[in-house]
Amino acid sequence: MDFMQIIFLLCAALILGAALMVVTTRNMIHAALWLIATLFGVAILYVLLNAGFLAVVQVVIYIGAIAILFIFAVMLTRREMRDQGPQLNNGWWMAVLISLLSFGGLFLLFTNWSGFGKMMVNIPAGTDTLRELGSALVSPNAFVIPFEVASVLLLAALIGAVYVSFRGK
Amino acid sequence: MNFWNDPINFVSVWLRSLFSGWGMADWLVNVLLAVMGIVVLIICAMILDIMLVWVERKVVARFQDRFGPNRVGPFGLIQPFADIIKLLIKEDITPIGADRIIFNLAPIFAMTAVLLLWAILPLGSVIYGVDLNVGVLYIIATGAIGTLSIIMAGWASNNKFALIGAFRTVAQMVSYEIPMLVAMLIPTILAGTMSVNGIVQAQNVWFVILSPIGVLIFIISAIAELGRSPFDLNEAESEIVAGFHIEYTGIKFGMFYASELLHTFTFGGFIATLFFGGWRGPFAETYPLLGVFYLFIKAMFFYWVIMWVKYSMPRIRIDHMLAFNWKFLTPLAFVLLIVTAVVDKVLAQTNYHATGLLLANIIVGWVTIEILRIHARSLRKKDEIPAQPSTQAAHH
Amino acid sequence: MVPLSWYLTLSAALFNIGLFGVLARRNAVAILLGIELMLNAVNINLVAFWRYGDPTVITGQVFAIIVFAVAAAEVAVGLALIISVYRNRSTVIANDIDMLKW
Repeated sequence: MDFMQIIFLLCAALILGAALMVVTTRNMIHAALWLIATLFGVAILYVLLNAGFLAVVQVVIYIGAIAILFIFAVMLTRREMRDQGPQLNNGWWMAVLISLLSFGGLFLLFTNWSGFGKMMVNIPAGTDTLRELGSALVSPNAFVIPFEVASVLLLAALIGAVYVSFRGK
Repeated sequence: MNFWNDPINFVSVWLRSLFSGWGMADWLVNVLLAVMGIVVLIICAMILDIMLVWVERKVVARFQDRFGPNRVGPFGLIQPFADIIKLLIKEDITPIGADRIIFNLAPIFAMTAVLLLWAILPLGSVIYGVDLNVGVLYIIATGAIGTLSIIMAGWASNNKFALIGAFRTVAQMVSYEIPMLVAMLIPTILAGTMSVNGIVQAQNVWFVILSPIGVLIFIISAIAELGRSPFDLNEAESEIVAGFHIEYTGIKFGMFYASELLHTFTFGGFIATLFFGGWRGPFAETYPLLGVFYLFIKAMFFYWVIMWVKYSMPRIRIDHMLAFNWKFLTPLAFVLLIVTAVVDKVLAQTNYHATGLLLANIIVGWVTIEILRIHARSLRKKDEIPAQPSTQAAHH
Repeated sequence: MVPLSWYLTLSAALFNIGLFGVLARRNAVAILLGIELMLNAVNINLVAFWRYGDPTVITGQVFAIIVFAVAAAEVAVGLALIISVYRNRSTVIANDIDMLKW
């Protein structure tokens, strides 16, 4: 049990525990806050995977924007301050069954894959992943088209969200 | 390597030999040294925070033509300690119906968001917490945690005014993150790296000369991010009675107040680091402690500038503030970013790099003022026209 | 050293917790929270495969960044829709939003 494994296990416990609280708690604000704990755990996991830029982008976008959007949406769609009614469907036991079956199926698929027990290789010294990521996103031989399409998608989402919720004075 | 040339390494090597001499395992020594470094940095930040309370009260008093605290200790220097003792012995009230855990977590998150910033602020040429290669983005990330703490405080107080204050504050902070990020991208382009250390190392010419409008945009959006006047809708005493921290008493309110002051000073430090050379100065490379001194002077100067703006200007209304951001600051910041990137690329290796960028900034500023003038003139003309038919009607 | 199997198991578990949230919750905002969990699980998977495969080829991280952008866009539009539905029907229980127009 070396250091990285301990950190990974603690991080995984945080992520899975917070995710379980997200889907089972009655109070929606608490669910949004547990989501923030999950997202923070995922950011720590990215740091463990040497993807530092993705970790910071995760905090900025998910916690700084999406989670705050969720909290605002929860606050704007409550009629009273207390919690109301049961929060699980009538068929929730079927949902548990489907989730467990799906997890079992995925796990079975993974164990039959040859590369399942792979270990980490060292990143060759001198590769600057940040610089490579930047040039990959704007280079015509690499990923400039998906990048631009994602920008157009965000613009469409922006206009769409404003239009849908515009009350029209 | 002696103490004056490389203080942190000298002390850590000495401590490591001490701990290994006592027979500690290697990994324990590493963990212990890291924890000691963190604790020392936090203690320095918090002692600075206490002194900032004194600076704040003295400076506001001088702006308002009075003396400020001068009874408790010489020049009132012990006043902050008296303030903190008063806050500590106040009754700790949690309102009925408030969410206890979130209510108590919010001031902790506010203070955490500020202390996390001190990890990447380079205090000297070899004195810094950690050298992240995404330092500029990390600043925005910690701002996000601060915004989160305000929503938690506003919601958990079970108070409509706190909620309204929290909504307005969060709208303001999320809006002003964009021009702040774009203004921080300008030193990134000029230095070629997102690491704050790298930006300081690349400032042979201070970036304020290469991009004065960038500094202005950054200072304005930093004041809005901090929630300081004239953008202090969240604590508008005359409007919504202290906003999101109405229900906080005692040391929890002290945490919010102290975290705001320390946040202001830290942002003064970042203005100095990103645009004004940071710890650079005569002899700062050979004697890093001198670099700490230079950074402190510059950060204190910008803290004073932010306080000057706070105590001289009236509060801005929320719709004016958001219109100012989305209709003026953000387009200006993006135009400036494009102009800076193009000019920097074209004039990269020539002798005209600095003058070209300065000229480009002056042109952008002049064009902006012309556009504003034409816009203001057309608005004034629209207001004047209805006056004429009524005078003609009066003649008849 | 952490083998790849741990990361894959973690992301599969997170995906399935999100799946349970989507299938079993009544509140529409809670369903969106479940979708966010699933997107995060996919991202963990992508970045783990990038790291354990060939870290010099940056495709994994680019894919993860595009997933970030898509998740942000989807949350924005989804929450706008939910708020608009709440204004018309005064409910966010997914079961009760069952008539198009009357």
